[in-house]
Amino acid sequence: MSILNPVLSAHWDEADSFTIAGYRRHDGYQALAKALQATPDEVIAQVKESGLRGRGGAGFPTGNKWSFIPQGDNKAHYLVVNADESEPGTCKDTPLLMANPHSLIEGIIIGSYAIRANHSFIYLRGEVVHVFRRVQKAIDDAYAAGFLGKNILGSGFDLELTLHAGAGAYICGEETALLDSLEGFRGQPRLRPPFPAIAGLYAMPTVVNNVESIASVPSIINHGVDWFQAMGTEKSKGYTLYSLSGHVTNPGQFEAPLGITLRQILQLAGGVRAGHELKFWTPGGSSTPMFTAEHLDVPLDYEGVAAAGSMLGTKALQIFDETTCVVRAVLRWVEFYKHESCGKCTPCREGTWWLVQIMKDLEAGKGGETDLEKLLDLCDNIAGRSFCALADGAVAPIISSLKYFRAEYLLHQTSGGCPFDPVASTLFETAGA
Amino acid sequence: MSFTAEELAVMDTIIARYPKSRSAIMPLLHYVQSIDGYVTPRGIETISTKLNLAAAEVTAVSTFYTQYKSEPVGEYHVGICINTLCAVMGGDAIYESVCDRLEIKKDQTTPDGKISLERIECNAACDYAPVVMVNWEFYDNQTPASVNELIDGVRAGNPPAPTRGPRALRTWKENSAVLAGLSDGLAEEGVQAGPATLLGLNIAKAQGSK
Repeated sequence: MSILNPVLSAHWDEADSFTIAGYRRHDGYQALAKALQATPDEVIAQVKESGLRGRGGAGFPTGNKWSFIPQGDNKAHYLVVNADESEPGTCKDTPLLMANPHSLIEGIIIGSYAIRANHSFIYLRGEVVHVFRRVQKAIDDAYAAGFLGKNILGSGFDLELTLHAGAGAYICGEETALLDSLEGFRGQPRLRPPFPAIAGLYAMPTVVNNVESIASVPSIINHGVDWFQAMGTEKSKGYTLYSLSGHVTNPGQFEAPLGITLRQILQLAGGVRAGHELKFWTPGGSSTPMFTAEHLDVPLDYEGVAAAGSMLGTKALQIFDETTCVVRAVLRWVEFYKHESCGKCTPCREGTWWLVQIMKDLEAGKGGETDLEKLLDLCDNIAGRSFCALADGAVAPIISSLKYFRAEYLLHQTSGGCPFDPVASTLFETAGA
Repeated sequence: MSFTAEELAVMDTIIARYPKSRSAIMPLLHYVQSIDGYVTPRGIETISTKLNLAAAEVTAVSTFYTQYKSEPVGEYHVGICINTLCAVMGGDAIYESVCDRLEIKKDQTTPDGKISLERIECNAACDYAPVVMVNWEFYDNQTPASVNELIDGVRAGNPPAPTRGPRALRTWKENSAVLAGLSDGLAEEGVQAGPATLLGLNIAKAQGSK
């Protein structure tokens, strides 16, 4: 018996897994038929009871989010799917949509029925054209089969679904920036409250959910709450996609019950690449504080990772071995956050700029103890002082790397520059880079 | 010169997808790039007229997003991922090598207008690092040598197919039309999943999953 438990990925190895025929061969759209026989409130209750939590990073209970939508208010409601996957390290929604976009579409129809939305949107990042093709084709086929449009399966429920391409802005993965972007503005986060459940898209009650969260809904409707609850840990129910990347023998996607450890996943993946050892890793993307080898047995669920001082995030397990300079790695992440800061809030716009300046000096061997103190002081003044969490993400790798690798920062000064050979950390070091 | 009646009609179908017309601004900008190659003054002008906005409002949006270009890019737009994981695993070396090969740097286009170069951020394919994109199609597990072949193929008019994408690489303009929501009928081409995507599934099957 394997510790893995493929559900969303169960049929991705079939060549036509992304087609409507391939999906229907494995009970595709059966959950929709079931859901439409229940009342919307019953569907919300079922998702709530399952314990499904958001798979996009924050881990907010999906059913609760749905239940916040006011009912009988005579307003348009919207379900908006956040498919703007772009947190460094995160690579789960993209392969999911490439291999089986219909699981998302079925989830959207069920979710829209539950929150009484008649028009829903998928906000897909723009830099993945083939994923756009796959999702658009899946939507077209779902219309043709009567799963979208007017009077779906004779239920009287109508739903329009629109696919919308972003255009290269990480900040649009933040739900209120995403809504501004979808409304046709620059994607900048909004002040909350009001939360999207009260005033979201076009100031109407709106649910914003991650791709994987919504794609998980049909399985819950099909197999039931007990089946879902039997997987995972006490407060982190169900299964999820873990994405392993970096200096490992075999990188890839692993679908498992919540609470699996990196040690277990690494064993399945053939370990860290041959002849090398684990130095540091992220549990859920670059904005989640980094871990080291001492965290190999941390249960990868919402509570376990938080108790160890980080966040489960997107379950993007990025592995770096001892050839990697942590200062170089962190500088590159901080440069990313500086580049992606939308400029709305001063602490983020100016602060990330200063972080990059100091990190660059440190990497070049031109910074010492006092610069480290200044860096931490800046981090302290940046975190938690903006409309959204982008700047919090920028300081997380700095603070966590200084916790574990302070001496390595200072070694740059005593070495007069970076003591690492960047060629050694590439995958083609012997190929003559 | 204004857009053709046919092109203006396509713009109207794009606007009709949304409850409020302003939401169409992003697909309209992708559509303008599919015709003109970049966001041209006439594109800004036409979108602002269609959506009843000031030209400055459309410009404000188009300059916020990195995929909208204010100057022409190449027929093949090459993006090298230089975010931490790809950079460390070889993206930095690939970028240097491509600069040498093309004799251009980031955000520049070769004199013949064929290839442009961009340093891109994480493109959600970290299990296939180092990753290179051409016209936003995936080229997985790249090396300096494989990217040289890719570039030589583009120059010779027969680029290798994307790793996870259609059978033949499409141009910048053609792919911009897809992002505007205009189907090119190629959704069913290419693999459903690469090997890394299937790794866990294959292991689970071999072990006998629950």
